[in-house]
Amino acid sequence: MKRFTFYFLLFTLLLSACTPKPAEPQTVTVITHDSFAIGEETIKAFEAENNAKVVFLQGGDAGSLLNQAVLTKDAPLADVLFGVDNTFLSRALEADIFEAYESPALADIPADFKLDPSNRALPVDYGDVCINYDKKYFADNNLPAPQTLGDLAMPEYRGLLVVENPATSSPGLAFLLATRAYYGDGYLDYWKRLKENGVVIVDSWETAYYTNFSGSSGRGPQPIVVSYGTSPAAEVIFASPPIDDAPTASSLGPGTCFRQIEFVGILKNGQNKPLAQKFVDFMLSQKFQEDMPLNMFVYPVNQTAKLPDVFVKYAQVTDQPAAMSPDEIASNRDAWIEAWTEAMK
Amino acid sequence: MGLRACLSANIRIFLWLPTLLFLIYFFFYPLTRILNLTFSPATFTNPNNLLITRNSLLFTFYQATLSTLLTFLLGIPSAILFSRFDFRGKSLLRALTAVPFMLPTVVVASSFNALFGNHGWLNVERLTFNVSPFLLILAAHVFYNTTIVIRIVGNALSRLDPKLEQAARSLGADTFRVWKNVTLPLLRPSLLAAALLVFMFDFTSFGVILLLGGSNFSTLEVEIYIRALKLPNLPLAAMLSVIQLLFTLIFSILYTRATNQVTAQTAPRFAAARPPKSLREKTFVLTFYLLLVTFFALPLLSLPLRSLTRLDADRGQRGEVQYGFTTDYYKELFINRRGSLFYVPPIEAAKNSLGYAGITVLLSLTLGYPAAYALAKPTRLEKFLDPLIMLPLGASAVMLGLGFILSFGRALASPWFVPIAHTLIALPFVIRTLQPALASIPERLRQAASTLGASPFRVWQTVDFPILSRATLSAATFAFTVSLGEFGATLLLTRPEYPTIPIAIQRFLAQPGGLNFGQAMAMATLLMVLTTLAILVIEKLRLSDSGEF
Repeated sequence: MKRFTFYFLLFTLLLSACTPKPAEPQTVTVITHDSFAIGEETIKAFEAENNAKVVFLQGGDAGSLLNQAVLTKDAPLADVLFGVDNTFLSRALEADIFEAYESPALADIPADFKLDPSNRALPVDYGDVCINYDKKYFADNNLPAPQTLGDLAMPEYRGLLVVENPATSSPGLAFLLATRAYYGDGYLDYWKRLKENGVVIVDSWETAYYTNFSGSSGRGPQPIVVSYGTSPAAEVIFASPPIDDAPTASSLGPGTCFRQIEFVGILKNGQNKPLAQKFVDFMLSQKFQEDMPLNMFVYPVNQTAKLPDVFVKYAQVTDQPAAMSPDEIASNRDAWIEAWTEAMK
Repeated sequence: MGLRACLSANIRIFLWLPTLLFLIYFFFYPLTRILNLTFSPATFTNPNNLLITRNSLLFTFYQATLSTLLTFLLGIPSAILFSRFDFRGKSLLRALTAVPFMLPTVVVASSFNALFGNHGWLNVERLTFNVSPFLLILAAHVFYNTTIVIRIVGNALSRLDPKLEQAARSLGADTFRVWKNVTLPLLRPSLLAAALLVFMFDFTSFGVILLLGGSNFSTLEVEIYIRALKLPNLPLAAMLSVIQLLFTLIFSILYTRATNQVTAQTAPRFAAARPPKSLREKTFVLTFYLLLVTFFALPLLSLPLRSLTRLDADRGQRGEVQYGFTTDYYKELFINRRGSLFYVPPIEAAKNSLGYAGITVLLSLTLGYPAAYALAKPTRLEKFLDPLIMLPLGASAVMLGLGFILSFGRALASPWFVPIAHTLIALPFVIRTLQPALASIPERLRQAASTLGASPFRVWQTVDFPILSRATLSAATFAFTVSLGEFGATLLLTRPEYPTIPIAIQRFLAQPGGLNFGQAMAMATLLMVLTTLAILVIEKLRLSDSGEF
């Protein structure tokens, strides 16, 4: 009996050695901010093509993501990090958390987006933080919608604007940067005028948009909010029952919108560099880039990617976004936020 | 020292060991690592840092004191109402007061808005926003924490031996004197326990302040969050969290001292609640009944109403906003519209939440029971160790989260860390709920049972268990609700495949659009129904239990 068991085991062992077994899939770990989303099919396609398993981790918003990456520089939590934007870019590059990677897919991306010439951080998507307004409110009250930053400080818009605190919210910071870019050193005077004009400040985009803003489902008291250029498109996509016109719109006056560009990078000391590089290539590829807009409400940087119809129809892009270099942002951001907090007390 | 004493001293160590090891590995170790890396004495010499510290410390104390007082103002009469009187809809109302404790702040704000907002049910023009943010913060703290007072003080009230009050009354004392000389002194430990927990929650309040306070108010916890993650000044964040920890330690020590002085005279037979008799009692019951319904049920009911209402019908077109009935938001919950990778059906999120809550209950009871036994008859060692249990309540979630990342790295991807983090927060509740009950068991009852030949298990079964079953259920409810409502602030790192209900709500709220908002409201309603049901079940268990003894 024992002998039989022995031979049986030997036989099965030999048999299993002979049958060609598929190689164990390799794992690549990707850490992103909490807003990251993508189609299941898209990721499955990558996994099948590369015999890989993609594990996603989410680590809070862009700021906390970067802080965690800096803290764990020597033993990173993941192989790839996605979600550092141009307001955090310089800090990420200074902390030297990324490894340079010249992805072949960069060829399809315009130079404007490539803010890091050393290719440690590669652009993935962009979107504008803009003033959104409730179309119905302005039609009902026979009031023209605000078009410029200056309009917001006018008496006819008194108490109508809700903004996010730049110390706690990323669109809030983007809007502060837009005012800094537009007014230069006089930005605090502008904010004092906004304060006298009854601007409402809340901690997060969620509160601003769903609790205070009147144009969306929360039906709050303020008809003007700092949100995204793509928000009107989202209002159409997520309307129940379907509607054929967006209830909100963005003000696109010169310098009122701030352009956020999001980057991906391969973390130094990661565990699987070749697969990490393949994943970065994939994120910049047409397939991923075309799936991105409806999942994250951002624009693809890859010029070969086609936009979904609803974006073309309802999402608005300004041709004159506020301009500021990542270096200027990095060296002044904290001082500006501190000064703003002091001024708005 | 005899053999017996030596043996029992050793056993005591073993009683402590699980909790202590758990705290060392999952609390002190990660916290030490992050503080070690970021704390520097030089931070103290920077005048700007000191100014920030002073301001946030003053505000933290100010709002926590006021909030605690207000919470007691509503909580004590409510505790009396629930423990002394029987009336229609009692268990439902009691469950309702516990629900806010578990709801994410964003949802509570939306439901207040759905009720009082511009287009809200009451259509009171901008009521919520004309009230000063500070008053809103206080109201929210009362809304969240009254349940703690009701549970702890109410539990103690119904465990009081009614004979004591009857004796005082028959000796001619009026109601006021009975309260002053009999009831209040006996309630002191539980009053202190409740005050301490409420104060601690208000002291470390985070979401409420951030959400309702705008940019003008910041507690220590909010300041730590901003300095650690937003305006990176980790040394200042470290200094602030050390200060917050020190204060927590001081409160805990004060508390331990106070409670050890008084041992409540309690009985396993519970003072039975009865219908109100006199006119005064009837007025009292009716007044607080209505008050609680208005304060708790109305905002909570506006949630399910809002999740079934369409406000978006004619947006973008002219005309009035129309309210319509719809079940779209619930149907939509089950459709993965964008084929999204992280889409999780609500039933899965509910399962995750319940699973985590179940593990948290098991883990915190397993760890908490032995520790509470040891604490019930404290020796010098325990008096020293006791306050440490409370520390996780006063630790900044952000700093602890960063410590976790430093200490456990890629292992954090395991979903097990979620119930572990929840247990850290639930453990103080569990131990504090079990400890007074354990301390109240007269040793001579156990001795009598042993003398009569009962095995240790039988002693536990016949003496300890009847007294403990109620406290255990209370402790389990606390652990369960802490876990269900925890918002993942403890862990900065999450696996998107295993969202809990609060995380699923946040995901819907993070994108614009009527369907997203409606689904968030539907999920919040689900969370609310789930927790209300859980609490009702526990209440039922409790009642049938007490019938036996």
